[in-house]
Amino acid sequence: MARLPRRSVGRRGFLKDAAAGAAALVTAPALGAASQDAQQQAQIRPSVPPPSAGLAAAETNPPPPRVDVYTTDRPGSDFMADVLKSLGFEYVAANPGSSFRGLHESFINYGGNKEPELLTCCHEESSVAMGHGYAKIEGKPMLVMAHGTVGLQHASMAIYNAYADRVPVYIVLGNIADVGWRRSDVEWTHSVQDAAAMVRDYTKWDDAPVSLNHFAESGVRAYKVAMTPPCGPVVLVADAVLQEEGIAPEDRRRLRVPRLSPTGPPAADAGAVAELARMLVAAEYPVIAAGRVARTPAGIAPLVELAELLQAPVHDGQFMLRMNFPTRHPLKNAGSPTEADFILGLEKPDFFLITHRLTPVNRFGMDARRVTKAGAKIATISSLDLSTRNNYQDGGRYNEVDLAIAADAEATLPALVEACKRLLTPDRRRAIEQRGAKLAEASRRMRDAALDEAAWGWEASPISTARLSAELWDQIKGEDWSLVSDTTFVSNWPLRLWDFTKHHQFIGFSGAYGVGYGAPAAVGAALANRKHGRLSVNIQCDGDLNYAPAVLWTAAHHRIPLLNVMHNNRAYHQERMYVTDMAARANRDVSRAQIGNELNDPAIDYASLAKAYGVYGTGPIDNPKDLGPAIKKALDVVKRGEPALIDVVTQPR
Amino acid sequence: MIRMLVLALTLAAAGGAQAPAPPSVAGSAENGKRLYMKHTCYFCHGTAGQGSLAGARIAAVARNAQGFTRYVRQPSGQMPAYTEKILSDQELADIFAYLRALPAAKPAREIPLLDQLRPR
Repeated sequence: MARLPRRSVGRRGFLKDAAAGAAALVTAPALGAASQDAQQQAQIRPSVPPPSAGLAAAETNPPPPRVDVYTTDRPGSDFMADVLKSLGFEYVAANPGSSFRGLHESFINYGGNKEPELLTCCHEESSVAMGHGYAKIEGKPMLVMAHGTVGLQHASMAIYNAYADRVPVYIVLGNIADVGWRRSDVEWTHSVQDAAAMVRDYTKWDDAPVSLNHFAESGVRAYKVAMTPPCGPVVLVADAVLQEEGIAPEDRRRLRVPRLSPTGPPAADAGAVAELARMLVAAEYPVIAAGRVARTPAGIAPLVELAELLQAPVHDGQFMLRMNFPTRHPLKNAGSPTEADFILGLEKPDFFLITHRLTPVNRFGMDARRVTKAGAKIATISSLDLSTRNNYQDGGRYNEVDLAIAADAEATLPALVEACKRLLTPDRRRAIEQRGAKLAEASRRMRDAALDEAAWGWEASPISTARLSAELWDQIKGEDWSLVSDTTFVSNWPLRLWDFTKHHQFIGFSGAYGVGYGAPAAVGAALANRKHGRLSVNIQCDGDLNYAPAVLWTAAHHRIPLLNVMHNNRAYHQERMYVTDMAARANRDVSRAQIGNELNDPAIDYASLAKAYGVYGTGPIDNPKDLGPAIKKALDVVKRGEPALIDVVTQPR
Repeated sequence: MIRMLVLALTLAAAGGAQAPAPPSVAGSAENGKRLYMKHTCYFCHGTAGQGSLAGARIAAVARNAQGFTRYVRQPSGQMPAYTEKILSDQELADIFAYLRALPAAKPAREIPLLDQLRPR
């Protein structure tokens, strides 16, 4: 699509002249004595070049003087804002950047800083991860703006997490495609031919529109793509010239924002559903392995109905990826998949590990041994089969299954439940009920055992993660709470002790296990919870917080209520265990595994860190008797609408 | 930066049954505590031996010193083997003495925060 005709004031010619003048101004100091000294220094030490004088001046000097007056009452970014506002974004998260300054200004003045409202972020990784956490509560994407180069480089790991977690995040990148508009070394280095290339392997779709109508069409399409399961992050480039150039009055009538026409989630065809129902009802002992099943709150009920109809236990595997199933339900994690004669995998990325055990062998790799019962049948319903990529290896091992259905599980489950109901005879129902009674008893024993295990180390210092979880539960159980963090690093104690029943009570893990996700995702999820009046709780790992701790300031600045409870084991603990393993394998000194992994000496003062960012902070707390009162005080702060942080010195896991 | 999570080092199973029985030696709980911390046993099993998702509880487990040593030498789970180059039989005996000296947990029923979690 051709770019719109330029307005009659000769904008391009004017800016070219202005840019040339500005370039002359900013490069003038390079001819001075100080600059010559710098050049000589650079020749002496070529491996550590100083910033160029032009770059230094561009970063530090005021904007170059204008040689003419140029204004517009309708920059292209206003129309871009119209497009993005039509999609219903509540928030736009950004670390400010010059390549999207036009859009930034349009959002706050033309758009009134409402829907979307600007969220001030201190790192692009935080912006995207906030969007990641937000989407898992709100069920729709947050808008994120970033530089097409340096901003996206910062954001890339968080985008990969969202991609692997199949979560929609809508990213707009600023870029100056036309060389004639780049006024300095800064703008040259911040420009790129193909901005989205860097993240194309782990985004679902991208485009770089060359006109405003192109931006409108691709903007709406991007939203539709991001929200169609399997969901994922999308990237749209907002060219800086398109943003900043005025829209001539005669061109405005040609601009149009297309209507968003959402795509329904892909459900399985009736034949596949009927075949799966037949297999499930015929099974003597079916087990369900659930991954990212409940995309929405509506996903829980049909899974519960299916499990109860068949008295089939629902297992998470190594990680609980979504709030799919009530944690205290008698069928939750009851029995074992190894005893089943039929295993149904639902949106489970690591499903292979449900049916196999891996044992390290030698340089040939892992010995993968199937551990299912002889003759057991396996089926899957997964939208992961619809989004195959090859470079980034988030696909997991290949599964040999008897029936693979490429579809969204949440969208397919209601039909599967009905199909199973139609096939159940009175005899089958009686047999199923008997199995259910046994599983309920096993579940009760498992729960009692968890409580007994939680008692070990109850008075220990550092504080046990079971104690931390029990103390927290005692004070939030009467609230409409939401755990906006994962539980793996605290030995899953919240999942074993708390009563999770609602979708918003758990948001799963990062997706790609990229550390640095936890704190910003918690802030984003807490933001989504705010308008619902929910109490957001984040069990925050110390290593994770240190990637971009300034997200605490973002929470304070935007008055996002969030209780942060540090799981402060003073280490990158997973790596300590790994290095210990390597040392033992090499018959060497395991005691040196601390080196390079500890976050101690000096111990990091997280309470002071929080205070520095304007967040209530208390601790470090290492006496378990002090924990309950500290939680109570922090909750008072959170209930006033502010974030709070308790630094708890904890056991490693 | 990107890290895979592997839950490692479990002592839950009683493996290594084929290994010859190690010599029985008396242990020093005091020295065992020092060794337990120095050799990072607590990484997976906790400073109180309470266990975690990464390693089983080893406080007050029903196992004798020889069985303990045999398991550490030839573990059956994902726990790495600790050979005599890392920990001698005497040092393992000391660690075992320390683990046996750890106090048993109070029953969960006597801890109100846990007892309230029990299904009624």
